[in-house]
Amino acid sequence: MLQKIYDWIDERIDITPIWRDIADHEVPEHVNPAHHFSAFVYCFGGLTFFVVVIQILSGMFLTMYYVPDIENAWKSVYYLQTEVAHGQIVRGMHHWGASVVIVMLLLHTLRVFFQGAYKKPRELNWMVGVLIFFIMLGLGFTGYLLPWDNKAFFATQVGLEMAQQVPFIGDELKTLLAGHEEIVGAQTLTRFFAIHVFFLPAALFALMAVHFILIRRQGISGPL
Amino acid sequence: MHKGKGMKFVGDSRVSAERRMSQIPKDYSEYPGRTEAFWPNFLLKEWLVGAVFLVGFLCLTLAHPSPLEGVADPTNASYIPLPDWYFLFLYELLKYEFASGDYVLLGMMGIPGLAFGALLLAPFLDNGPGRRPHQRPIAVIMMLLALASAVWLTYSSASHVDWETRAEMNKPVPPSEVSIDTADPGYAVFEANCMSCHGDALQGGAAGPSLIGIDRTAEDIATIAKEGLEGDPGMPAGMFKGTDEELEQLVQFIMTVNEENAE
Repeated sequence: MLQKIYDWIDERIDITPIWRDIADHEVPEHVNPAHHFSAFVYCFGGLTFFVVVIQILSGMFLTMYYVPDIENAWKSVYYLQTEVAHGQIVRGMHHWGASVVIVMLLLHTLRVFFQGAYKKPRELNWMVGVLIFFIMLGLGFTGYLLPWDNKAFFATQVGLEMAQQVPFIGDELKTLLAGHEEIVGAQTLTRFFAIHVFFLPAALFALMAVHFILIRRQGISGPL
Repeated sequence: MHKGKGMKFVGDSRVSAERRMSQIPKDYSEYPGRTEAFWPNFLLKEWLVGAVFLVGFLCLTLAHPSPLEGVADPTNASYIPLPDWYFLFLYELLKYEFASGDYVLLGMMGIPGLAFGALLLAPFLDNGPGRRPHQRPIAVIMMLLALASAVWLTYSSASHVDWETRAEMNKPVPPSEVSIDTADPGYAVFEANCMSCHGDALQGGAAGPSLIGIDRTAEDIATIAKEGLEGDPGMPAGMFKGTDEELEQLVQFIMTVNEENAE
């Protein structure tokens, strides 16, 4: 039955090459921890992706309850924490995942750096990776405000004051982020929500797609 | 990628990838080294690693519920802001003399900009052919220095913070949907004696805890109101300045509110 469905689709859109590009390739010996245990350092990239998937899924569930407005944001998070079945676990996964993803990204970056794996021809992929790192830090910064507790509010205020000190465009940059020249309030929360949930993830997905396509094109860098 | 320009790849890319019309993949024996098929052999192992990782991650999540502080209060002047741990290095850097005040741009943009810019452009700054760390000592030493200073800055920032007291002082207060009968004679007594610290709806404030959901008898409440409470944070004695009759009304009022809002 499955084979029939596969054949039906394959006959029309020829998915075998796509399948081959995604899954049908060889894993070289030097990255396989089954052969060399020290090759576990090659796991960090994959684990980063795994945590990103956790972040996406838990984040999707969080938006089912979260309300991005200053009256209800904190209340909705509190309700999620205390009343919703498993809400604490889902929020906990999102909260801790944000830290774990930074740790994993750092380990992955250090692995690539110390192995010199960014050298020709992989310069572009390294730069895409560093951009992903920046996006992640941006996601961390914008996500911090969303629970609208004291920690969120005051840390964001400091962050926005720093943005204001950027030469020439500082004031405009702060207004762009906060929605107002002075007030960190309702506008700020909705803007940060939009940036955290739409803008940055869109950029993240695009960059991750490029990252993975380049890996499949160039293969994993060879042993040292 | 066509390798017509003499590019040499390693790993599975060492196998030349001349375009073949057939969609049948190469036989695995044609690959160098002890390679393994990604699908399904290696992917299964990856899933096992992922499952172990997930169990550890869920244990962390269960052991440490994600923190939530009290609802944002822009008028709270005593709150000391602190960023998430991965921004602490920047936070600490901006405390140094050469990175604050007149030089804040250096600390905020100059130094981090240089570090992250170098990270972004690393392949072009370190463009020699050698990949081993000892073949590119400058790049490796710069990275180790940057890493050490980031770790040091994070550590010195975090070590000054008393995390437990911080969490204790900023506990989330449940949204006050408590019905308070302001017509109760006890409420007037509460208003005169207790409200400045315990809030207009018994919800607590900066100087006093919430009086809802407390586990005390009427005698306890009366004693505490008059004689205060020892210990930390405690409550000074003599906060209640009224007659015994008013004390009776106050205790009755607090007990009633607690009974009504007990779940």
